[in-house]
Amino acid sequence: MMKISHTKAIATLLVVAGPLLSLLPEPGQATTVEEDMVWTGGLRQAYFGDRPITQSDELIALEAPIRAEDAAIVPVSISAQIPQTDEHHIQTIYLFIDKNPGPLIGKFHFTPKSGRADLAFRVRVNAYSPIRAIAETNDGKLYMSRRFIKATGGCSAPAGSDLDAAMARLGKIKLKTNGVSPVAEPLATQLMISHPNLSGMQMDQVTQLYAPAHFVRHVKVSFEGEEVFSAETGFGISENPSFSFYFVPESEGQLSAEVTDTNDLHFTQTLQVVPAASQDLVQN
Amino acid sequence: MYRNSIELPGLMPSNQYKFIASRSLTIQLICILCAVSGNSLAAPPSCSASAHVVQVASGVYVRPGHPAVVFEGQEIANIGFVVGDRCVAVVDTGASHAEGQALDCAIREVTDRPVCYVLNTHVHPDHILGNLAFRRPGVEFVGHEKLPRALALRGDVYLQRATAYEGRALDESIFVFPERTVTGLVQLDIGGRLLTLRAHRTAHTDHDLSVVDEKTKTAFLGDLVFLEHLPVIDGSISSWISELEAMSGESLENAVPGHGPVQAPWPLAADPTLRYLIGLRDNVRVWIANGGDLASAQASIDRPDSGEWLLVDRYHRRNVGAAYAELEWED
Repeated sequence: MMKISHTKAIATLLVVAGPLLSLLPEPGQATTVEEDMVWTGGLRQAYFGDRPITQSDELIALEAPIRAEDAAIVPVSISAQIPQTDEHHIQTIYLFIDKNPGPLIGKFHFTPKSGRADLAFRVRVNAYSPIRAIAETNDGKLYMSRRFIKATGGCSAPAGSDLDAAMARLGKIKLKTNGVSPVAEPLATQLMISHPNLSGMQMDQVTQLYAPAHFVRHVKVSFEGEEVFSAETGFGISENPSFSFYFVPESEGQLSAEVTDTNDLHFTQTLQVVPAASQDLVQN
Repeated sequence: MYRNSIELPGLMPSNQYKFIASRSLTIQLICILCAVSGNSLAAPPSCSASAHVVQVASGVYVRPGHPAVVFEGQEIANIGFVVGDRCVAVVDTGASHAEGQALDCAIREVTDRPVCYVLNTHVHPDHILGNLAFRRPGVEFVGHEKLPRALALRGDVYLQRATAYEGRALDESIFVFPERTVTGLVQLDIGGRLLTLRAHRTAHTDHDLSVVDEKTKTAFLGDLVFLEHLPVIDGSISSWISELEAMSGESLENAVPGHGPVQAPWPLAADPTLRYLIGLRDNVRVWIANGGDLASAQASIDRPDSGEWLLVDRYHRRNVGAAYAELEWED
């Protein structure tokens, strides 16, 4: 579970430190040391204590745009450089955006059944910030891939451009696989959840109008009852969360997704997967 | 036949969103100045610089904008005003208090009629952040029913960016919320001429308001129509296309686009926006159908002709992302 107290403390710290951070030189001129102040100044310690973290793209490589086109929908992807085997696999990937109000964007869990611990999704980026993916392997080691992202904010609504449409479709789920893979090969899969993912933090000036936080907090995908992917997520995930990942279908079977949000609403979807048989995939 | 303001069912006070900052001191000061000078209540306190305005039809004026990214330039949007026998309606106020003041001064040079309405076409800062310059007794602010929510949701981001851009301390008083909101159609009488306000369904944003001067059939379309400046999607690409297609049959003499030349014939004015949006929609649909993801779509989907559009580098990939995030939910 997420350490809520830590998150809150760090969020408070950021609010206080925000004006100071904006006085830093333009990123590009700033050194990595300066950029990493939030991380080294508490975030790292709060989540990983003194555990060693290897900074390298050898285990996972994080891909994020250098400049975010739209700070509300920034596509990020993580590609694993090792296969998922029973003996050695990535168990969890953490994603942090240091200068977001909730820096821990999500924790994503994989199993040997994932085949590949690859992941793609979209995040909100509040300010110029380091973004870091940290992978934890089943032997307890930590590896970090770090990038720097320039998000210029702009005109986008932090809560999406058409809130009414998002609310009207709340909880609709699309589950789809990309093509058909041979049996026992990783199959590209996408889980899409229609949800406004409201942070509850957007409005200070108008006391009468306040959309409380309402976001997807847990996602679990299983194949034939066995978990292949799960995630604990915060409001740093963009509106209408979309997760692309892999799993290995050993045979024909049912893929099922369970989603829970902060209002304890539950949403589910299933998909019959028929690997290699070149049959059409049927969505329930 | 018409009173000053014809209250169709859609026009309602938006007490719910009333802005609570205290402006009473400023208002008192203005009133003292007015009393001393003997001018009407509506006179602005000073006029050091007037905006350059162009008369596009009898009594209809536009301050030309120059395409630029929000908070990276000034006088970006086309804003303007309509002069009635009784009073003046302002349509959008520019990107800053100073721009609003300059527009106010330009109005003073054209007419001695007081400003009675500020009509905001949508929330974007290049259109709305001059509002404060018109906040005084006798001026009513009007917007789409969803404008207050949009302003509230985006206010903190805009405040941060406006503060950084202007390089001076600003507070939330830069946001003037509409006192009346529009659902459907509303007509306002400014003396001898009627203005038809329409709250559109989601298009450029989810709260676009257009204003038609019935006397000259001149339409202030806000950012429903872009020329020169690449259209920016902040609402719904599909619904924007259908809204523009539905509007093409309307008999208007002139359209004032939110960006580009101060006027263009209707419905020709909508063609470039429609062409860009339809092309983008079709490309993104194909991309999604072929299993391409959002990042690859942004990197790969053809950019429009940069001979026709400015700011392609800044907005095209962003539009691809917005279109993708919407269209992936089509059934």
